[in-house]
Amino acid sequence: MVTSMTTPIVEVRDLNKSFVLHLIDGRTISPVQSMSFTVFPGQHFLIWGRSGVGKTSVLKCIYRTYISTSGSILYHSAHHGVIDMTTIPERVVLQLREQEIGYCSQFLKVLPRVSALDIMTEPLRRMGMDKEQAREQGSAWLTRLRIAPHLWQASPVTFSGGEQQRINLGRAFIGKPRLLLLDEPTASLDSGSKQIVLDLIHDAKAHGTTVVTVSHDIDTLSTLADQQLAL
Amino acid sequence: MTDVASWVLNVTGLTKRYGLGCPRCAESTGPDHGSSQCPFCQTVHACVNAGFTLYQGEVLGIVGESGSGKSTLMQLINLTINPTAGEIWYREPTQDSTAMNLVTMDGFTRRHFRNDRLGIVHQRPELGLNMRFSVGGNVAEKLLLANWRHIGRIRERITELMIQTELPPERIDDDPNTFSGGMLQRVQIAKALSSNPGLLLLDEVTSGLDLSVQARVLDLIRRIQWEQKMTMLLVSHDLGVIKQLARRTIVMKNGFIVESGLTDQILEDPQHPYTQLLVSSAL
Repeated sequence: MVTSMTTPIVEVRDLNKSFVLHLIDGRTISPVQSMSFTVFPGQHFLIWGRSGVGKTSVLKCIYRTYISTSGSILYHSAHHGVIDMTTIPERVVLQLREQEIGYCSQFLKVLPRVSALDIMTEPLRRMGMDKEQAREQGSAWLTRLRIAPHLWQASPVTFSGGEQQRINLGRAFIGKPRLLLLDEPTASLDSGSKQIVLDLIHDAKAHGTTVVTVSHDIDTLSTLADQQLAL
Repeated sequence: MTDVASWVLNVTGLTKRYGLGCPRCAESTGPDHGSSQCPFCQTVHACVNAGFTLYQGEVLGIVGESGSGKSTLMQLINLTINPTAGEIWYREPTQDSTAMNLVTMDGFTRRHFRNDRLGIVHQRPELGLNMRFSVGGNVAEKLLLANWRHIGRIRERITELMIQTELPPERIDDDPNTFSGGMLQRVQIAKALSSNPGLLLLDEVTSGLDLSVQARVLDLIRRIQWEQKMTMLLVSHDLGVIKQLARRTIVMKNGFIVESGLTDQILEDPQHPYTQLLVSSAL
């Protein structure tokens, strides 16, 4: 851990997440129990473990898709100082999602009418890039992700699982977020595509992006991990 | 950096009650009792103590079953009905603009404000359009009420709006009864956008349209939102529609806001029992 002397970027402190299932007689399930870890800037932080141990839940708590039950998630923001992701206003969360924090879910969820190229360029357009430049960059990324040019105008809904996942990843990396949360990035990918994921993470780190990955695919990802947490 | 993005609409304590109310209303209505009508005095509490803030360029979704008060809330903001209590503050999305309380405005200012600064699209086109006027006449009506006076300029604006909303501009003088349901929604959208409103209200705009037409209307709304950074309040009972357009969502039941949050949080980690039921009921 060469970076342990610097200021952290994410500090998860005694995090708990429970779901109260009101439709099933108020039953409570608690996938995340008193979890603590610290991520430093520029690191690739890998959280691994078998399915059902709350890997995705932690990630979604950081991104605020889930409301944490207790504990804190301190994020050292570039624009907002040190903030607790579990309590800051939604307004700030939305700003952070646009400017600093990227999230890549396990599956691509898109409208079936939007082309692969438009999906790739959307994050850039949101950041204010003009159409031509965004298209240029989007095309370069699609090439890099090994998506055949004749598919660029089609919706990824019709693509294979691996192609969809590559688009999904590309869309998360293209905007070069400051912190990138990846949920099972190598699932449903063949070995060649897994290499693309490793290259993407490697390059993102070179740009200064901090990557937090949750995965069960430790064989592929551990080679690139600066720090690991087993659940 | 737009750290403190300017708000456009700030609603506090907004309440609409039909009836006089009685001391037992509070303990016998609302989501915990499954009804907005008091069993003792028959008063309907259509919207109780609603509060939220809408920011410039944002789409806020309001979801709930019929009778939850979402349309009442919309009508209150559209100034078609008067609240029993509460305030609706509006601010132009420009710097150093002063906020105004729409509730206390005098009738004249209110009418002008409604035509000039608000746009609304109703579920049923006949609510938003006068079916005896031509398509162009309907749009012109709003522009005239918003103090547009030059007929040539008005026609020019209508043509521009028809192109923008994917309507054939050569049909400007046609009878709206000859238009399809999806086209009528686009006429309503053209009308709503005509005065460049600061806030667009969308009330179940795609309900009752067939799926492919729904998709086109939603795509149009998404494009307008993107291109004009239009601030919108979107009422729908359809979580799919909300998910496509709104990044924040309010959930209503029996006149009350029972939950509000980021749309992905509402869908993936709903807190209130009713929201959990709603999410689990998705087709």
